[in-house]
Amino acid sequence: MKLSRLFVVFAVGICLALPAAVCAEPVTINWWHAMRSARGKVVDEMIKQFNQSQSEYVVVGTNKGNYDEVLNAGVAAFRAKKQPHILQVFEVGTQTMMMSGSIYPVHKLMAETGHKIDWSNYLQAVLSYYMDADGNLMSMPFNSSTPIMYYNVSMFEKAGIKPLSKTDPITWDELGEITKKLVDDGISPAGMVTAWQSWIQIENYSAIHNVPFASKANGYEGLDCELMINNPLVTSHIERLKTWAKDKRFMYGGQKYQGPKSEFIAQNAAVYMDSVSGIAKLKKANLEFKWDAAPLPVEASMKSPQNSIIGGASLWVLNGHSKKEYEGVAAFLSFLATNEMQSYWHKETGYFPITLNAYNDLKAKGYYKENPLQTVGIDQLNRAVPTKISRGLRLGYFVQIRNIINEELELVWNGKKSPKEALDNAVARSNIQLRTFEKTYKK
Amino acid sequence: MIKRSTYKSGYLPYLLILPQILVTLTFFYWPALQGLIQSFLLSDPFGQSSKFVGFYNYIELFQDPLYLKSILTTLTFSIAVASVSMALGLFIATMANRALRATALVRTLLIWPYAVAPAISGILWLFLLHPSYGIVALGINKWLGADWNPVLHGRDAMIMVTIASSWKQISYNFVFFMAGLQAIPKSLIEAAAIDGASPFKRFWAITFPLLTPTFFFLSVMNIIYSFFETFGVIHTVTQGGPGGSTNILVYKVYQDGFVGLNLGSSSAQSVVLMSLIILITVLQFRYVEKKVQYTG
Repeated sequence: MKLSRLFVVFAVGICLALPAAVCAEPVTINWWHAMRSARGKVVDEMIKQFNQSQSEYVVVGTNKGNYDEVLNAGVAAFRAKKQPHILQVFEVGTQTMMMSGSIYPVHKLMAETGHKIDWSNYLQAVLSYYMDADGNLMSMPFNSSTPIMYYNVSMFEKAGIKPLSKTDPITWDELGEITKKLVDDGISPAGMVTAWQSWIQIENYSAIHNVPFASKANGYEGLDCELMINNPLVTSHIERLKTWAKDKRFMYGGQKYQGPKSEFIAQNAAVYMDSVSGIAKLKKANLEFKWDAAPLPVEASMKSPQNSIIGGASLWVLNGHSKKEYEGVAAFLSFLATNEMQSYWHKETGYFPITLNAYNDLKAKGYYKENPLQTVGIDQLNRAVPTKISRGLRLGYFVQIRNIINEELELVWNGKKSPKEALDNAVARSNIQLRTFEKTYKK
Repeated sequence: MIKRSTYKSGYLPYLLILPQILVTLTFFYWPALQGLIQSFLLSDPFGQSSKFVGFYNYIELFQDPLYLKSILTTLTFSIAVASVSMALGLFIATMANRALRATALVRTLLIWPYAVAPAISGILWLFLLHPSYGIVALGINKWLGADWNPVLHGRDAMIMVTIASSWKQISYNFVFFMAGLQAIPKSLIEAAAIDGASPFKRFWAITFPLLTPTFFFLSVMNIIYSFFETFGVIHTVTQGGPGGSTNILVYKVYQDGFVGLNLGSSSAQSVVLMSLIILITVLQFRYVEKKVQYTG
């Protein structure tokens, strides 16, 4: 009896004397993400490696469904005061997250937990999408992609067209000639298809040609911004696509990627514009024809095209947790940014590495020699220093705005509206959304 | 005389209906009230700030020509779905009500599609009717020479979602019409037949009037089905497109609220939707029910 009491006293004594870490359970860090199937496995593996690399923290990753569902789960959890530490949010939700008043900005988190990070070592075109107007990083980029152009090499060969360069973009006029030849010679039923028409044909098109998508530096500098996509350049681009649709040089395959992709796979279209994530999808499809990728076309007038912009998601740190937990979050985020993790992520998923270090490391190891397709997107993203216009978009109710753009473009493709009418209307309707958003957050 | 049983204790009946009342209050009235309150607010999704804006959300809504178009789309769509699925349900029920050899088997097979979720039904029809990989669509374009393209043309998309939504509802209607038909006394029909009434005449003079209660019930159920449950079809098949041509009200509520996180507008839309369905149901009860004959 006496002995056991002595033992308890002794044990308590040890606990008090030594740092809490010895007796305490490791601190749990919750991460809610939208990565499923193959990508989910890669995420699980990264988490496992982090948990094995140290004993202070345990990261628990939970898949909460697709992007919409993850954001909604985060919102609901925050209202119930049961929010995770890290929430993965798609790029169009950036403004909503920034304005939410519920986040711990990543640059602040890193500074306050003593992590000195050389942000200039990151891919600027990726980082700039998630910065505030003063250049502070608000969330940690996680999965980033950008659109490129895939083409059917077998059809090109048949038509006697040379393969395209992987670094120097062709012009839209050249693409027009190429698709005309392919269609006129009966080699392909249609010229080009595009996935994600708003993202690729308007958002990226604007960034590449350095024309503003919205006022106030694309919304970075104020909630009172307005859409500007009814400018002459974008209008003439949509007019061109409409003309092409008439002689089959362009074919509309749907808002997302599934329709356009199946047109390309079925060889109904020779050129297909989609995110770099298409590389993995096309490889998996085991196509019976040869295909390759090139940067998106640019206008002949654009001598030095800007960078394209990214799509994907970033990791937001939510408010309301203890300092100790935030130290764990910071440790985990820096762990994710290491070369090993970045190159693992890039190789397995095709999403970009977020640091230049990781990119150069992969380059030195000859990865890009073996996988030349992967360089197309990265080079396109890095070919220029992002300007205020090409760094990204910061719009409230961006989801609704994309829906509006999709709707109006579809009315162009099916002949109900002229390009000018549709774009004017898209601007007017989007501005109403922007005003409601502004009204919601104005003090 | 109708036999009535009464409770001796005054509390017991209330106690017995209490669970149902609680469930209704918690899961129907409370959320509905929350929605009503939210529709007068502008608030950020995280609930950090919200402010009272009166009818702002409603005014914005009714100033949007596309919202009015969406109401029209919803009405067209639900009338189309209800009439197609009820007409075919009745037709099949009348056919299956005859003396068939494998009656039980035929009926079971006809009920099957009801077990298919709307979203799955949508996917199935998409695989048949999609312009680039749909086998039926390829046939239509090749042999009929039609330009069938629901990805591009609003009318084709509307036809596609109407087919997908009606198809599974036919089974539901079939079950009720079948039950209704079996409840009709054979003697009436036989007597009419002896008097020389043609099958068509018999149907219109006897069967149809006696089916009116079923008909009325199904019309209410089908309208509600096409207003709400067809969400799965729209979501998997067209996502409201092309050009908003299949953007029915309930899908817009989802897009603005769940995806776009505009809770105020989404709540206002829910309130409008609720009012609309209440209005339609009241109209049905007031004007259609008068023509219903409940007893034979």
